[in-house]
Amino acid sequence: MTVSLADWFREAANWAFMIIAIPTLFAGWRTVTSNNIVRAVLYLVVSLAGTAALFIMLGAEFVGWTVVLVYIGAVIILFLIGIMITRAPLGVDADLSHARNVRTPAAVLGVLLFAVIGYAVIDAFENSMIEPFEPTATADLANLLFSRWVIPFEVVSFVLLAALIGGIALARKDDNGAQR
Amino acid sequence: MLNQYYGDYVTVAVFVAVGAVLVGAAIGMSKMIAPRAPGGFKDVPYESGIEPILGGWSQSHIRYYIFALLFLIFDVEAVFIFPWALQLEYFDSIGRGMFALIEMFVFIAILLLGLVYAIRKGVLKWE
Amino acid sequence: MSIFIEAAIRAVFVFGFLLVTVILLVWVERKFVSDLQNRVGPDRAGPWGILQTLADGMKSFFKESIRPTNVEVALFVAAPIIALMTALLIFMVVPIGAPVEINGTEYALVGADLNVGLLYVLALSSMAVYAIVFAGWASGSKYPLLGSVRASAQMISYEAAMGLSLVPVVLFAGSTSITTIVEQQQGTFLGVFPAWNIVLLPSFVIFLISGFAETNRAPFDLVEAEQEIVGGYHTEYSGFQFALFFLAEYIAVFNISALTAVLFLGGWSGPVFGPAWIAWVWPIGWFLLKTWAIVLFFVWVRASLPRMRYDHLMSFGWKKLIPVSLAWIILVAIAIGIRDFGLPWS
Repeated sequence: MTVSLADWFREAANWAFMIIAIPTLFAGWRTVTSNNIVRAVLYLVVSLAGTAALFIMLGAEFVGWTVVLVYIGAVIILFLIGIMITRAPLGVDADLSHARNVRTPAAVLGVLLFAVIGYAVIDAFENSMIEPFEPTATADLANLLFSRWVIPFEVVSFVLLAALIGGIALARKDDNGAQR
Repeated sequence: MLNQYYGDYVTVAVFVAVGAVLVGAAIGMSKMIAPRAPGGFKDVPYESGIEPILGGWSQSHIRYYIFALLFLIFDVEAVFIFPWALQLEYFDSIGRGMFALIEMFVFIAILLLGLVYAIRKGVLKWE
Repeated sequence: MSIFIEAAIRAVFVFGFLLVTVILLVWVERKFVSDLQNRVGPDRAGPWGILQTLADGMKSFFKESIRPTNVEVALFVAAPIIALMTALLIFMVVPIGAPVEINGTEYALVGADLNVGLLYVLALSSMAVYAIVFAGWASGSKYPLLGSVRASAQMISYEAAMGLSLVPVVLFAGSTSITTIVEQQQGTFLGVFPAWNIVLLPSFVIFLISGFAETNRAPFDLVEAEQEIVGGYHTEYSGFQFALFFLAEYIAVFNISALTAVLFLGGWSGPVFGPAWIAWVWPIGWFLLKTWAIVLFFVWVRASLPRMRYDHLMSFGWKKLIPVSLAWIILVAIAIGIRDFGLPWS
């Protein structure tokens, strides 16, 4: 099915998509290129917020708000606290610009990743038109979680436990020299 | 053709926009009215009246990082608990209630283990 | 197009309501605290000093917003805006009254009734942490940084407890929409007691305690403890930018009170009297009554309790509140199973 450009522009959803997607992309770009680490984190927040908005647009509101809650609300806060308690350089940090010999492999990797994800998405949804639909209910998510995906669900708790123990092992004082 | 769902989120977007306009207008107004006279000792970072030393950074303890990590883990846990809580009565009604309850119990127990580990290792303690 | 206009009208109503409320709230707090402490409190601007907040607000417009030399300008300016915006936006999912019928169309008295309203509230409260982190970091000064590291750790700790304390409410209501949760609390239990979620007493207490910590109110106000760290994250703020932080804090207090009333005290549910044209006022009155009762509780606590020590605060959150709320979730889940099916061995 072909869609003419005029039809594309007539669809309000496409406009909404562009309004969300362009800042998201720009913020993602600035996250990588910014010379100041806190600004980079801020751009990452914008880009994640855009992602959440796209999820909500797709009717996956639970996932959308989870992105806000977990990524923006917890992961990035973890970054920020990490930055604040180690070293908080105000202004430009020259170390953040990588040397040219790192940039090329990174770019190649990025393009490859894009190709893989793009292929997967096109392969899965190729010609299916997304109709105006009912949003995914959180209840359906729960039904899937406790039937088909119950093993991964339990594995998640082990992954989280491992992350926590790893973090503590890194941050803890050595036993010798400090009490307890 | 906007259904209830998109209507709600359009409302959220409009609330954000109106809020931004209101806050922006208030700030703009204060910018116009308020005097602006930079310079002098008032521009120096406040350090109880003495001249600041060694820049604007002070060292904090690593345990704040552990708290953030713990929060991240319990946040992810909460995200999993909410759908479960939403559907528990339904699971009860189709006879899978016990199964769902035990699965969640195991999930919570494993994460509590992490909290107990953190407490026992003393990383949440102030010495 | 009409949906945009309707949403804009709702937004103006909600924000206007919040602003008027805050003006009252600050005055009520000052007056109530001064009564408790045997002082007179504000009494010059208007009758009983009721215009004092308005006067203070106006004054802040005319004050210079000093910007110290070390600040990171963009974040320094953004921080109070983020604080205020998150506080304003949380209230949009709180229903302030029963649906009202105007010209045959039913209007819900809520900004938007999201299916995942509770998640929205939690997500926005976690955004509020950014205001404090940015304020502390961008000030380029020691006290704000110290205050903001403390504040962010405190807020995220109690946010975890707050999120978990809401799970039994969801278990009870089978919904994360706040309007549905209120509707579930209509009517009575055993014919006498109102069917409020207050029966989930541990959740109620944990939610309220986390609310105190989330809004950085006494006894958890060590974030801005004047005596120790000067003013915490807003040490370097002055003039109108400080006023924004101030506004945000009081709106947050009202938000938490309103959410407590809505989630645990039945929101707008209550007896309704009189003819139809006046009946719609009652639910709003009940909602306001419950919310203000909790607001006064906030103020009372502030006037009565000393500030907690930071290590006590954190260990209280992690070693008491969170294990207790997890155990309580399991207990409620088991209780619901028993209610629906009876005891497993009978």
